[in-house]
Amino acid sequence: MEYLLEVKNLTKRFGGLVAVDNVSMGVKEGEVVGLLGDNGAGKSTLIKMISGVYRPDGGQIFFMGKEVIIDSPIKALSIAIETLYQDLALAENLNVYSNIFLGREKLKKVLKFINVLDNDYMLKESKGVLDRLEIEIPSLRNRVRMLSGGQRQAVAISRSIYWNARLLILDEPTAALGVAEQKKVLDLVRLLRSQGIGIIIISHQLYDVFSVADRLVILRRGEKVGERNIKETNPDEIVSLIVGAEKVSEKICPADRD
Amino acid sequence: MNNNKNSTLSKNQSPSNLLRILLAKNWALLFTLIIILIFSFTGKRFFQLANFQNILHLSTIYLLLTASETFVIITGGIDLSVGFVMGLSSVLSAKIIELLHAANLPPVLSISIGSIVALIVCIIPGLINGVLITKYKVPPFIATLGMMGITNGVALIISEGFPVAYLPGVLPSIGNSYLIYILPGKAISFFDKPKGIAGEEIKELIRIIPNSLIFISIIIFILWHILKKTKFGQHTYAIGGSMDASVRAGINTSKHLVIIYVLSSFLAGLAGVFYVFQTGIGIYTSFSAMYELLAIAGVVIGGASLMGGKGGIIGSVIGVFLLGVIENGLHLSGVDPFFRYIAVGLILIVAVIIDQSFPDLL
Repeated sequence: MEYLLEVKNLTKRFGGLVAVDNVSMGVKEGEVVGLLGDNGAGKSTLIKMISGVYRPDGGQIFFMGKEVIIDSPIKALSIAIETLYQDLALAENLNVYSNIFLGREKLKKVLKFINVLDNDYMLKESKGVLDRLEIEIPSLRNRVRMLSGGQRQAVAISRSIYWNARLLILDEPTAALGVAEQKKVLDLVRLLRSQGIGIIIISHQLYDVFSVADRLVILRRGEKVGERNIKETNPDEIVSLIVGAEKVSEKICPADRD
Repeated sequence: MNNNKNSTLSKNQSPSNLLRILLAKNWALLFTLIIILIFSFTGKRFFQLANFQNILHLSTIYLLLTASETFVIITGGIDLSVGFVMGLSSVLSAKIIELLHAANLPPVLSISIGSIVALIVCIIPGLINGVLITKYKVPPFIATLGMMGITNGVALIISEGFPVAYLPGVLPSIGNSYLIYILPGKAISFFDKPKGIAGEEIKELIRIIPNSLIFISIIIFILWHILKKTKFGQHTYAIGGSMDASVRAGINTSKHLVIIYVLSSFLAGLAGVFYVFQTGIGIYTSFSAMYELLAIAGVVIGGASLMGGKGGIIGSVIGVFLLGVIENGLHLSGVDPFFRYIAVGLILIVAVIIDQSFPDLL
């Protein structure tokens, strides 16, 4: 099957530092790819190039078979690539449906010429998308501030889905959640996969990644050091790839002999 | 942490807590009613239609300034220049009216031209504030503090430090008239006293609904509508709630903030023009007036937070009304006017404490 998103030889430098070095990877429709690596491995830089925050210094990005140049976050959104960062970017003082429609509010006319917010429509549509994703939130009129971490995550995800995201990038989606809520978010990821959405998930929590991903891409110091199908690997191997255990031991051994 | 959140959610829904929240949300209104009750006993001629209309009439400029400050504070900013933009607008419109009046133009024309020019000019300080804040990343406090000094200086230069006083006599009679005049059992008229009454009869005259109330009601309704019902209002709250979320949702936040500061400045200009109608002269703002601080106090008492994202026009109106009732009631109760400052200061602090104690309210 063809890739939904494919990046080839992406490179990003910050001054003398090569943050991402010649990395190629791809995501298919209905596939979850886990992007792993230690702090500073280049995961964030890589996804920021895909979501239009950074311009790559080299390499190409293909989306739905065509080469695209993603030069701004708005551009990424316009071709249906949605990124959810850890902080979620929700306006906590607004209610659930206002957040789902933020920046793309549905309006109606009163007295034929005054545009006002069509709250009923936005409420109904939001309810629809939350139902589709089997998300339970007591009242969509509640302000996001009143919601739990997992519920907020769900609101942010449903916003992306409502606006027809084809590729969803999740940056540490479970990091700030309790155990029960983590499970709900991972269930939601599986549900999205079954609806044909491509997902890149960044997480430090190996257990989460193993329970939800189809394939893993491991970065170390900006380079791609491995790619594994989830069925053909195990956490120990992945950890050693992440920390570079083999290389470390190779380096230490000669030193020990001296 | 999450379990905590859930439990506060359910705790919030228990009846006693709902009552507490209701009280905390509406304390300003409740407090206003209580002091009205107290002043009704202590104040001479306090609980009378004429006095309440008087309070509203004198609150008009504060309502305009507070409404403009409401928009700014909801975005998380602050506008310290409103009081002096008002003074600039006042002397500028008065000066133009004075010159045209001296050139024998009909009052309608000279008043219209003077008012419109002043309103247009008063967009400029807001535009500069907005650009400084969005493009040059000057903190709103500093940008508008600078603008406060500049507008004050320009107003003093225009007026040469004196009130602009040779204006058509019709001005204050428009600004201070009432919609309905009733001479019980004898006459009724609109917008002006019944003709041919004099002496004793004037004392019996009942005046209902000052023109200023009609004017301010329309303005307040429009602003309330913008803030609560439109996309612009929604984005105003969103920017105050999370600048980051607003940017990522594709809102042009810079443009939005420039419009907010222009609106603020325009409303302050409107207050200045109204002040000319009310007093019949154009006068610069003195530093002791502290209009901007009273406007900010009104907004905060009305339930806004200086952190942004919270507040509303109705709350701000109640805040202004509370301050107006305190001033008027203390005065009519024979309390030394200096105590008013203490009262305002205390209420402001109480408002912030209540805001801090109920962070989940809105």
